[in-house]
Amino acid sequence: MTRTSPARYLLQAAFYLPLMVLIGYFSSAPVFVHLPAGEALLRLSIAHAAERMQACRERSQEELAKLPPNMRAAQDCPRERSPLLIELEIDGRLQLRTEALPAGTQRDGLATLYHRLPIAAGTHRIVVRMRDRPQGEFNYVREETLNLAGGDSVLIDFNASRGGLEFRR
Amino acid sequence: MTLRERAFSLWQATESRLDRAFGAGANPLRRLGAIAFLLFWAAAASGIYLYIFLDTSAAGAWRSVEAVSREQWPIGSVIRGLHRYASDALVVVMFAHLLREYLAGHARGFRWFSWISGVPLIVLLYASGIGGYWLVWDQLALFSATATAEWLDWIGMTSEPFARNFLSSEQVIDRLFTLFIFLHIGLPLALLAGMWVHVQRVSRPDSFPSRNLAAGTAIALVVLAAAWPVQSLPQANPAQVPATLALDWFYLFPHPVMYATSPGALWAMVTGAAVLLLVLPWLGRKSRLPVAVVSAGDCNGCGRCFADCPYSAIVLVPHTSKHLAPRMAEVQPALCAGCGICAGACPSSTPFRSSDAFASGIDMPGRKIAALRGELERALAALRAGPRVVVFGCDRAADVAAVRAADTAALSLICAGMLPPSFVEYALRNGADGVLVTGCADGACDYRFGQRWLEERFAGTREPHLRANVPRERLRVVWAGNGSLPELANCVASFRASLTERRPGDESIMRPKRALQASHAQP
Repeated sequence: MTRTSPARYLLQAAFYLPLMVLIGYFSSAPVFVHLPAGEALLRLSIAHAAERMQACRERSQEELAKLPPNMRAAQDCPRERSPLLIELEIDGRLQLRTEALPAGTQRDGLATLYHRLPIAAGTHRIVVRMRDRPQGEFNYVREETLNLAGGDSVLIDFNASRGGLEFRR
Repeated sequence: MTLRERAFSLWQATESRLDRAFGAGANPLRRLGAIAFLLFWAAAASGIYLYIFLDTSAAGAWRSVEAVSREQWPIGSVIRGLHRYASDALVVVMFAHLLREYLAGHARGFRWFSWISGVPLIVLLYASGIGGYWLVWDQLALFSATATAEWLDWIGMTSEPFARNFLSSEQVIDRLFTLFIFLHIGLPLALLAGMWVHVQRVSRPDSFPSRNLAAGTAIALVVLAAAWPVQSLPQANPAQVPATLALDWFYLFPHPVMYATSPGALWAMVTGAAVLLLVLPWLGRKSRLPVAVVSAGDCNGCGRCFADCPYSAIVLVPHTSKHLAPRMAEVQPALCAGCGICAGACPSSTPFRSSDAFASGIDMPGRKIAALRGELERALAALRAGPRVVVFGCDRAADVAAVRAADTAALSLICAGMLPPSFVEYALRNGADGVLVTGCADGACDYRFGQRWLEERFAGTREPHLRANVPRERLRVVWAGNGSLPELANCVASFRASLTERRPGDESIMRPKRALQASHAQP
């Protein structure tokens, strides 16, 4: 077969054709079932700096006098923050109860939580509770009845300036 | 034969079959690295075109990409398709290249640098490709960006999860798109830089395929782009999660893997695969081939070995004996493939030297040029019937021992490029009626430039050249390749027939200059 014979071009086409079909096909198929039909998605995403583990206290005059002049802050505030305790309840059943630790070696950063939960479409009573202090009852609670269609995505977030826990769609 | 070697034989058999369609020089399976470069440039050029029309905002990106597909049809649609399919083909070619080099045993030895430097390219290609999907900002982009963020968040690098950036429309801001674009331009540039580093240990890297192969690949991609236009999914909406997604499995398969397992499992798989690839050069048997050796007293520093070495393993340094020459060759053992092409390039590798035990300026310890002369002389002396043919072959190609006969001498070299052209004349002057040189399939030299340099030396365009008075009809070059023994045997037979036809009038053309020295012919 010579370099320019038509048979050679046909053989080359026979090589390229299945390769290009393979590339074209797997470039967009088969479809990936991300969320089964009739399901919605709940996403719990919280990033919040919790209260300190120990409350700040006023320093005495003697204590302040012992400190270098540039470090004489009136209050002594231990850096460590409390973990967040979070509960998610759907239709009366507890789906999630977890503790999110503050970031940082001194545990003084934001505590974050990200959790995704597929949920059947329909009407659901959803309760979220959060505690951002070392002890006591949940100090943030939000309760909603949601009518979810298949493919809906609901975000449960925390925004202190907007009153705490919130549902967003 | 190990499993890897058996698999490589299968690969080579496939290559040989494809040679019939493409010719070895344009065979895609033999030019995977060069095709990868071509695909990169195709993706880069089409990407630059798309970038011109891209609205770099969260609200406008999807609309601007759709406009390229619909309002600039068919040019915009084809260029978008070319960008996608060239990128996808790059993944296919990259993994095929990786597999071929592994099967060929190229993960070890002097090639370790090319292997190791190739591993980060996989990461960079995936990072470039996945990031590219986000610029369209359709449902697939949102899914991919979120999945990637969830994966990165698993290691907790940041105080706030990345995934929070994609949870609601108000969080997806234009500044985020600036970051996407920065990544999709910066990462391919880093990939290009990595590809440049990847080929640094070879001279004259094969970074562009032959015109035929480039044209064939380009035409195939354009036809695919026109026949199967790339389409966006609906615009990204964080309030909606699509039930199904038309996924590009070449780039985005890690996302389904993560959702089927967990982000931690995906990290384990990726890290494990990377570590395995990185340690592969040091796993298993260590076989070190002998490297070229310079004989300072015979090296005049001409630089031909330096110019011809396919792996840049030879450098020129100040000569140890200044009165001989100002400079001399020095072999860098870590880079030397032990192919012997340098010995074929050395002007002192001539069998016409009078010394019985001469040394070439640069030589292979296991296959010395002086010993080759002795072997040739013994073979010539043993030839009985005529026309007498000497076949010089290559250890990497068809085994020339199979064509050895009473009228045919067969000598195998490490690479055909190791043959000094003067050996052809020497054989003809000392009793051979014809010389046939064979090696790997045409354009598929295992040591990259053995064929090319040999052909140029025979054609007189490269030093050391075959002298003009050597009758070319008594020389035949056959690039038979491994597994093409029947073809080689046919070529030897037809060559002998041509010598028989020519013989009555040609007998005086290469008259022996002198009788063979008995000492050369001694084992």
